[in-house]
Amino acid sequence: MSRILVIVMIVITAALIVAGTAPTREKERTTSPEGTVQAFYGRVKSDDYRGAYSLIASASNVDLNTVYHDIAGRDGSLKTLSRLWRSEARVIAQHGNEAVVRASLEWATAVGTLHENKDLRLVSDNGGWQIVWPKHHEANLPPQVIPVNYLRWDIVHPDSEENEWGAQNAESPHVRITSMNAVEREGKVIILGELVNEDTVPGYVDVQGILLGKDGEQLGEETSFDKISHVLLPKEITPFRIDFDGVHLNQVKKVTLNPTSILVPASADPVIGVLHQQLEKTDSGHTVLKGELMNQSGELVNIPQVLATYYDNSGHVIWISDGYVDQALRPQISVPFAVSVNDDIAPNVHSYRVVVNHYSMDRPSA
Amino acid sequence: MRSRFFIVVILTCFLGAGTLFAAELRLPNKAVAGEGIAIATSGSGDATLYISGPGTAIKRQIKLGDQVQIKGEELRNSGYYLVALKGSDGDNNKELYVAPAAAEKINFLARPSRVPVGQPKVIAGTAFVFDQYENLLIDPTSVTFDLSVPGAPAKVERLTTKDGVAYLQTGSGTKAGPGQFVVSIGNNSVRRVVEETASEPCNLRFKVHKEKEGLIAETDPVRDCSGNPLPDGTIVTFVSTEPGKGRSTVDARIKKGVARAVLPAIPGATISVASGVVLGNEVRWGGGE
Repeated sequence: MSRILVIVMIVITAALIVAGTAPTREKERTTSPEGTVQAFYGRVKSDDYRGAYSLIASASNVDLNTVYHDIAGRDGSLKTLSRLWRSEARVIAQHGNEAVVRASLEWATAVGTLHENKDLRLVSDNGGWQIVWPKHHEANLPPQVIPVNYLRWDIVHPDSEENEWGAQNAESPHVRITSMNAVEREGKVIILGELVNEDTVPGYVDVQGILLGKDGEQLGEETSFDKISHVLLPKEITPFRIDFDGVHLNQVKKVTLNPTSILVPASADPVIGVLHQQLEKTDSGHTVLKGELMNQSGELVNIPQVLATYYDNSGHVIWISDGYVDQALRPQISVPFAVSVNDDIAPNVHSYRVVVNHYSMDRPSA
Repeated sequence: MRSRFFIVVILTCFLGAGTLFAAELRLPNKAVAGEGIAIATSGSGDATLYISGPGTAIKRQIKLGDQVQIKGEELRNSGYYLVALKGSDGDNNKELYVAPAAAEKINFLARPSRVPVGQPKVIAGTAFVFDQYENLLIDPTSVTFDLSVPGAPAKVERLTTKDGVAYLQTGSGTKAGPGQFVVSIGNNSVRRVVEETASEPCNLRFKVHKEKEGLIAETDPVRDCSGNPLPDGTIVTFVSTEPGKGRSTVDARIKKGVARAVLPAIPGATISVASGVVLGNEVRWGGGE
């Protein structure tokens, strides 16, 4: 019995030694274009950027630091706060010792999964494939001073020491829901609508929705969470969307919406232009809303979020979709965005409106 | 039967005489919160004086026939007090009303803190009048409300309190600005700020011109129908509908009275402007308005 145990142990040890010292499977995989791309992103997943860099053809003429930032993001963008957790590679063209591979990547972020498709060109050299890293000609704004009248609102609160009875605080901004629509999709009830800040001061807004059933029972209570632009400047309009999982529209008798607003100190900057918005069909026949974001201020926007509202020909809100852009918005430099539109919604879209939420890290102190 | 009747009559007279001869209390005709009073007693011997009223309970050992001084600091709360004297020759009690002192303090509720101009009956002011010891003045008191916005004539109203409260409801003026809402009684006044704000934009118009960074869309000074400039920071949305169904939008902020945005210079684009639910003019770039 003990002899069998010894033999088993020797076999396992030998297997582990072979596994540790034998040529890795990655090396075997670099003999094919998709294997090379998989190996590349496998190393990215394990934070082995130096190892990933070794799979890049020297003809790319790119340094490790550039490759690292191209993959892992820069300027505090969403990519810098995310992690690659799934990658797939598919050859979409191959001619002799050249190939194009589409890498479908999924990044885990704090705001959900970020999907990315990247087409990479590969060349074969001595039986192994290497990636020709695409050079990004990022527009760089020449050093300059961008004058900004830094508009902001501050609030004076009552003196807590005095605590005078009857002394009022500055009241919350007046907001109004201008439209509301309830739809059922993907097994859930979705409340769509728009909210306007009618006041002359900024506010932090949110919308709470409560669904009541036929017998008055509460079917669900949710908030708009990140499907709303929370900080609303005077006269600004935001879409909002509230999802109720596991509820069907025919169960709902009443919808109660409670918009809340809080007076907050706020800044009027940055101004982000949404340029060249257009509904387009992708190669796979799906509809996307594409465009460019242009930060017209001098302040870096780390994480932009696009919120798109779609209207039918009678002006009703029929859908709201959103998407986070994985690049930071540097001043005066446009960044592309794309938001998918459900295939059954797309034919009914008559017009649309895009707003941009922005998250900026604190400005460095002077 | 007859003798029993006489006994009852004699006992009644005896007890009545006891009350008759009990120490007498003489209270001042008028007592004011915070002011001392003197209570005179009659009779002789020792007695205990009790005073109980709003938030007050006083017990004093006194000599009957002396005058008892109650300090002002012991009678700061206005209202009805019960003054009782308990002596060896009987009890006596009386009611004393302590009136509030002179009006000294105003609590002022002003609503709302912001209001658009030109709205009727939207501003409310409620004044509660107290003396220096926080006693509500029940007697009618004259109160002056003064609402003024810089550069506009002030609205002044004199009202009389009823049960200690004066209430004013008024409309907002036509000039925007930080309205100073002041209520005063004599030399005492309390100030609140009611910001009168510009209303919806009126006759929203813009022009475009080309510069090297693109098409510059700039509004005329954005004002409401009373001529008040909309506050800086108000969102003005420019929408450029480009040939080929593309479009560009910029949510510009009013700065120094005007909103300005940079749009792509695409010939044939139709540019429109809106602020909140108010639409402005339209300009066709490369085609004319």
